[in-house]
Amino acid sequence: MPSDDPRLLRLHSGDNILIVARSLPAGAVLSVGGAQVRHAEPLPLGFKIAARDIKAGEKIVKYTTSVGSATRDIALGEVVHLHNMKSDYIPTWTREQGSGHEH
Amino acid sequence: MSTNSTSPLIRSDAFLRPDGRKGIRNIVVVAYLVECGHHVAREIAWRFREQEVHLIGFSGCYPNAYAYRMMKTLCTHPNVGGSLFISLGCESFDRRNLVKEVRESGRPAEVLVIQQEGGTQKTIAAGVEKVKALRALADQCPRAPMHIHELIVGTVCGGSDATSGIAANPGIGHAFDLMVSDGAACIFEETGELIGCEAVLEARAATPELAKILHESVDKAAKYYGIMGHGSFAPGNAEGGLTTIEEKSLGAYAKSGTGPIHGYLKPADVPPTGGLYLLDVVPDGEVRFGFPNINDTQEIGELIACGSHAILFASGRGSVVGSAISPVIKVTGNPETYARMEGDMDVNAGRLLEGTATLPDIGREIRDLTMAVAAGKRSKSEELLHQEFVMVYKSFEPIGPGCLPVVR
Repeated sequence: MPSDDPRLLRLHSGDNILIVARSLPAGAVLSVGGAQVRHAEPLPLGFKIAARDIKAGEKIVKYTTSVGSATRDIALGEVVHLHNMKSDYIPTWTREQGSGHEH
Repeated sequence: MSTNSTSPLIRSDAFLRPDGRKGIRNIVVVAYLVECGHHVAREIAWRFREQEVHLIGFSGCYPNAYAYRMMKTLCTHPNVGGSLFISLGCESFDRRNLVKEVRESGRPAEVLVIQQEGGTQKTIAAGVEKVKALRALADQCPRAPMHIHELIVGTVCGGSDATSGIAANPGIGHAFDLMVSDGAACIFEETGELIGCEAVLEARAATPELAKILHESVDKAAKYYGIMGHGSFAPGNAEGGLTTIEEKSLGAYAKSGTGPIHGYLKPADVPPTGGLYLLDVVPDGEVRFGFPNINDTQEIGELIACGSHAILFASGRGSVVGSAISPVIKVTGNPETYARMEGDMDVNAGRLLEGTATLPDIGREIRDLTMAVAAGKRSKSEELLHQEFVMVYKSFEPIGPGCLPVVR
């Protein structure tokens, strides 16, 4: 399945996210949906990138299946992860919570 | 297992056990029956660590029917040719019946009670002699041809990252499809990592009764983990790009391949015939003893108790574990992990992400390596003498009607 950028993997045409197919250093510019999006932070292999604008509350769709919901509006090209989506089943636990250091 | 001898030959010299089952390894097990016997058992087994003598055990002093059944099933596993049990003497484990039942399977079994032997040194000395004798007996095991319909393969994933669900797990799923169509029994598990996949699982069930059982097993896992307050999701999963339990599930689910699901097992239930099985490791009843899977090794032990001759382990982040009793074959979907940890990884499914292999290529490679390991080739974790083992307290109801396929 082609995506706009060879460094991004589109798993299925109906998905609203793309997968980073190789780790990218800080400052990488990705072309997503016709736009050029610069990422200040490094992008590790396997991270998710919004394939289009996603509204708060919308399902995040990977491989045709919902993997959770957006907790705020997510712009095209943005990283989709703990900071802007959540599980619809069981909240995700982070080490910082375990040590009492909320982030 | 069925008597179909027309399925592909794996090897002509499998270990033929007195109960008719066939093994791909000939392990002598040293098993402690309470933590108090752990050191003595380890000292005995350590002396034979390169002679297929593996250490297993159960730490608890309180009785537990699950632990008894696990221990009995592991010590009568087709890969096991003899067992030495190390008891302190005052623990609850029913060592007399255990030895009796293992001997009834036609395998040699011995027990040493530390309090009766006269302490640590005497028990170690006696144990070393017992293991020498057990090793010699096991080495006399008759050999016989083994076909793929007599093979059971389990799969687990651990240290998952986003590549697990894209490359390693679908690769294993493809290998499962190939092996099931050749007649093998293949077992996937982790109902806690199938949360969100209930509907697709149900649709693949071979019968309507089984569909309902599969759905209920995932509901049970969601409820159980909900009470525990954690999903089966470690911080490393998020660092690897997975955000939620359902995203991890989606990847874990891919290990099951695409074929129909023929049966549903609980730990220590052995598939009666070839096909694809779901193993439910989440305890029944109210939440009592803690997490259903404290770590990957515990799940591997349960897959082996279900008769798995070999385990396919998908690890994106890079787990190094092997196992007592059955070889573990490690598959990583992450090309960076493979490059960094090649000494531990058997298959680089990350070639899929690099565009140098297709999913069917990876699936065939995993299937071919599984056959080679079944024929005697050592996996990397075996070469490195990994022999991890963990058993905890659990409770299960026996499986009910509709769980297993009808054997014709």
